[in-house]
Amino acid sequence: MGERHFMLANYAIVEAALFAGCRFFAGYPVTPATEILEHAAERFPEAGGVYLQTESEIAAISMLAGASGAGFRSMTATSSMGFSLMQETFSYMAGVAELPCVVVNQARGGPGVGPLGPSQADYFQAVKGGGHGDYRVLVFGPATVQECVDLTKLAFHLSDKYRIPAVILGDQMLAQTVESFDLGEPIAEKLPPKTWAVTGAKGRAPNHVGTYPPVKIAPDELSRIGAGSGGSMGFAMSEWRMAYRQRRYREIAEKECRAESLFVDDSDLIVVAYGTSARLAKPAVLQARAAGLKVGLIRPITLWPFPYAAIADAARTAKAFLTVEMNFGQMIEDVQLAVSGRVPVHFHGRAGGMAPTPEEILDVVTRLIRE
Amino acid sequence: MKKVFAQPESIVIEQPTAYCPGCGHGIAMRLIAEAIDELKVAEESIAVFGIGCYSLSQSTMRIDRQSALHGRAPAVATGIKRMLTDRVVFTIQGDGDLAGIGAAEVIHAATRGDRITCFFLNNAGYGETGGQMAPTTLLGQRTPSTPKGRDPIEHGYPIRMSEMLAQADGSAYIARVAMNTPANINRAKKAVKKALQTQMAEEGFSLVEFLVACPSGWRMDPLEALEYMANRQIPTYPLGELKSSKVAATEVA
Repeated sequence: MGERHFMLANYAIVEAALFAGCRFFAGYPVTPATEILEHAAERFPEAGGVYLQTESEIAAISMLAGASGAGFRSMTATSSMGFSLMQETFSYMAGVAELPCVVVNQARGGPGVGPLGPSQADYFQAVKGGGHGDYRVLVFGPATVQECVDLTKLAFHLSDKYRIPAVILGDQMLAQTVESFDLGEPIAEKLPPKTWAVTGAKGRAPNHVGTYPPVKIAPDELSRIGAGSGGSMGFAMSEWRMAYRQRRYREIAEKECRAESLFVDDSDLIVVAYGTSARLAKPAVLQARAAGLKVGLIRPITLWPFPYAAIADAARTAKAFLTVEMNFGQMIEDVQLAVSGRVPVHFHGRAGGMAPTPEEILDVVTRLIRE
Repeated sequence: MKKVFAQPESIVIEQPTAYCPGCGHGIAMRLIAEAIDELKVAEESIAVFGIGCYSLSQSTMRIDRQSALHGRAPAVATGIKRMLTDRVVFTIQGDGDLAGIGAAEVIHAATRGDRITCFFLNNAGYGETGGQMAPTTLLGQRTPSTPKGRDPIEHGYPIRMSEMLAQADGSAYIARVAMNTPANINRAKKAVKKALQTQMAEEGFSLVEFLVACPSGWRMDPLEALEYMANRQIPTYPLGELKSSKVAATEVA
């Protein structure tokens, strides 16, 4: 559409959500996500949607479950400790009720109150699951305001398509960044209507959202697992149904992974970083390159699904990896998994609200490449 | 012969319920289904179930439903109602669910004046897990978690949610009823209808608190349980309309 704007990331996310057809926002004020709520308080009613300020983050995610179960695109925005409070319902929406929604976490880390600075210490929580039980959610790690917009649009789309919640995992520095962006075009792929939604059973049998959506199981499959007839939720049946959900996660992992790669085919040292860390590492990588050092960058854009294949591939030619994060070492474990011990995986981290500078990353890169 | 009684259409009668003999939940569910039928709102109704014995039998209601996690049903209901403003959205919650873990959610739904109805099943304990003390357990009541009886010094006092919620400006209809006699059950039926009509008239938040027997949880037989309700539970939780709406005052239920 060519609509160029110049705006705070937090406001841009709201514009992207409205552009994607989201009309329900429920949230609780928390730094550094509060501007998202404030902008939504103005813009959602203007767009004919609903803005609700809630008594807690627990209420916010519960309202999302209701609105989403009724078939509406819904979102909330929070920071780290608010996301902690949402975990019970969030994991339930992901692994049992199979409900779409978008949760923006502008991370400030923690634990506890957390400093008012950028952090990537919520990686484990978002990607490995801060809630109980087996489940996965889509996790996006934007690095620019444009990416906040693009990934918010994509999150609503994929969340609906696969009936799975999505997290936009930002941080305080990105949240407070002002840049220009383009709202672009609506996502072209048409999605089927939500015939499962709970809207009042007019002219159809009643729907139920909350336990596992029903799946037909063949009688011979039923007796194979020993669940007996009648479909009672014995343990064999619940295992079968959970395994069925796991197939959806595998499908998403195959189809929806996104990452950016720079100079990977011609690198001895590959930096792996996401979001603001990647943004700060890029100048270091480019400067190193200009100085003749064979450095590359892999920037995961989806944190789940994580680009294991791209990293494993690069491990066949690279001599070492350097993970740069704003925490004490979280994404590095996924990098190590991908590298599978082929070559060393180094770490450079800042925490407590500190962000790494391009200069210090360049120092580490230079030192490592000379070793 | 004149037909004087039929099972409500909104109950799936073929489906057995999981309730113990003497449990009051089945009566409450039937009254809600009858009200839905009489108000002709089955196709507009959406129920949000909390977690307790009543939610084990939620598929006996022939309407659209969502399952909420423990205590969260009012917030889920608000999410639905704010987007589907012409539907009849209600919760069914137990006392541990609504008055314990979910106290914040129901209070804020009431103070927001959300046009939802909460049906609150008060059986003085956590029935589904074996009758442990809930915020609504009576003083002196023996439960698996208060083996010597509820002591106010150690365990605090029973909570009167209806009185508290009636204070909220956003509350439009708050009533407490009991399932121990035919007369009380008839009053309960009227309260259920008035609560739903209050929602449909968009007056604000409505709630009906049902005192229900839990013979298993109370370690009594069904008749003893009804006596306990009359002698101990009702005096602690007085019956009546704690706040009445405009439509409740004018409608003949």
